[in-house]
Amino acid sequence: MIDHIVGPFQYSFMVRALIVSVLVGVMCPVLGAYVITRGRAFMGDALAHSVLPAMVAAFLLGISPFVAAVPAGIAIALLMGSVARRTGISEDTSIGILFAGLFALGLVMLSKATNVTVDIEDLLLGQVLAVSRTDVLASLVLTAVVLAGLYAFHRQLVYTTFDPVGALVAGIRTGLVEYVLLGLLALVIVIGIQAAGIVLVMAMLITPAATGYLLARRFVGVMMIGAVIGAVSAVSGLYLSFHADLPSGPAMALVATAFFGVAATGSRRWRAATREGVEVAA
Amino acid sequence: MLGRRRSAGRDCDAGRQCDPAISLEAVVVEHDGLQALEDVTFAVPSGTLMGVVGPNGAGKSTLFDAIAGVHPIASGQVTLSGAGRRREALAYVPQRDSINWRFPATALDVVMMGLIRRIPWYRRPGRQHRDVARSCLERVRLWDRRGALMTELSSGQRQRVFIARALAQDARILLLDEAFSGVDVAAQEGIVRVLQSLRDEGRIVLLATHDLTNLAQRFDQVLCINRHVCACGPPAEAFTPDVLEELYGSHGVEFAEESGLSTRRRS
Repeated sequence: MIDHIVGPFQYSFMVRALIVSVLVGVMCPVLGAYVITRGRAFMGDALAHSVLPAMVAAFLLGISPFVAAVPAGIAIALLMGSVARRTGISEDTSIGILFAGLFALGLVMLSKATNVTVDIEDLLLGQVLAVSRTDVLASLVLTAVVLAGLYAFHRQLVYTTFDPVGALVAGIRTGLVEYVLLGLLALVIVIGIQAAGIVLVMAMLITPAATGYLLARRFVGVMMIGAVIGAVSAVSGLYLSFHADLPSGPAMALVATAFFGVAATGSRRWRAATREGVEVAA
Repeated sequence: MLGRRRSAGRDCDAGRQCDPAISLEAVVVEHDGLQALEDVTFAVPSGTLMGVVGPNGAGKSTLFDAIAGVHPIASGQVTLSGAGRRREALAYVPQRDSINWRFPATALDVVMMGLIRRIPWYRRPGRQHRDVARSCLERVRLWDRRGALMTELSSGQRQRVFIARALAQDARILLLDEAFSGVDVAAQEGIVRVLQSLRDEGRIVLLATHDLTNLAQRFDQVLCINRHVCACGPPAEAFTPDVLEELYGSHGVEFAEESGLSTRRRS
């Protein structure tokens, strides 16, 4: 048993994978708390899919695709933010158009890239066992940037999420705050893609945060519980991936979904119980 | 209660003028190329509790947006005087549907939002900030519910929390948009009492509503709008049958006569 848990870490790739898994597990739900309370899940999914062409291009040029995804993710996040504001088309439609178009472009590039072997499954489903030293360093830097951004903008983000009109009247630059959030979201998605892949990074972004939402009372609690559940899901997924030879994205997503299922069945009872408590007290 | 003891204006900070005033001159506001407000002119002196009345779509929210400076005006002028900078001086008590109720905020969290411009981004809220939030929540008699989520409070209590947030900001001008929708009569009474005490301190309170009941006796002034100003003045003078008909059609006149709002009929 002990050997199953500790044994894998004789391989340095496994140590790198563990670091990235924890970062993904913690950071995705912290941002995900905003994503779910703002109803931005589709935006998150779209952002993840839209960085595919940049990642493929990086592969072809011999650069780390995750490092290349950083500027691409930020550019696409800003583009999506402004397209959604300016066109007369509804926001989810314009995001959907960009998302599908860019993802299609990435797939076309992949199918034409004959001289380089790109493992498409690793890109789409995540292969945390394959992360390089550069990827680990990049993830640590991105995590620091995102945490600093969340700290600096915490009160503005909270105000604009809860009461966008009141925030505007109070002099908060709500447009800027929205772009900051999208930028941070792009960075977190780039960290997440390494472990969960383009297709399933959304599961790490929203599922643990939603579990936290069921269990916690206040917003910061949603982030905290989400981060713990996210980290446990990611590390469990890593073990599943190592021992059962699975792609890491689906393994992590399944564990996270199982946590959500347990919380959802348990929490209805919990909520009903507290509601009765409140009524008795009142 | 904390605020009642203060007399008008005495709580002003040094260096800040105490008597806010609003004046609008020939203000035109456009929405998607259409005129939402035409030639709106009126003035509100300090220490006024004013009801803004008009049917749905009359431009009440647009008027507030123009005063708050979050909607550009096509022509005319909005002047807020004696109130310091607009961002600090003015607070908005939002309509129910403009709030994101999915966000789990407690009453205390919401009041702390009112302090956002006083706490630099790199600092956590300190003891003095919590004390301000406490006195504001006590003033609306909700300190004992500070830990309740907003979704657990009644509509009237929510409105009082938002008023406490405006107090935490130390706003001299409060704009309340449809503050009475979904609030029962007893709770309306509680809100009005708080608003009256704010008025007594020299603040300006504008409250938009399309509900005419209870209005006449409670407000010093009413502004009747239906894209333009139909009337502005004390309720007894402003609610003439002609104005009510302009606002609500013949139904409004009948209603007003039944409830004793208006008895004079010019014709």
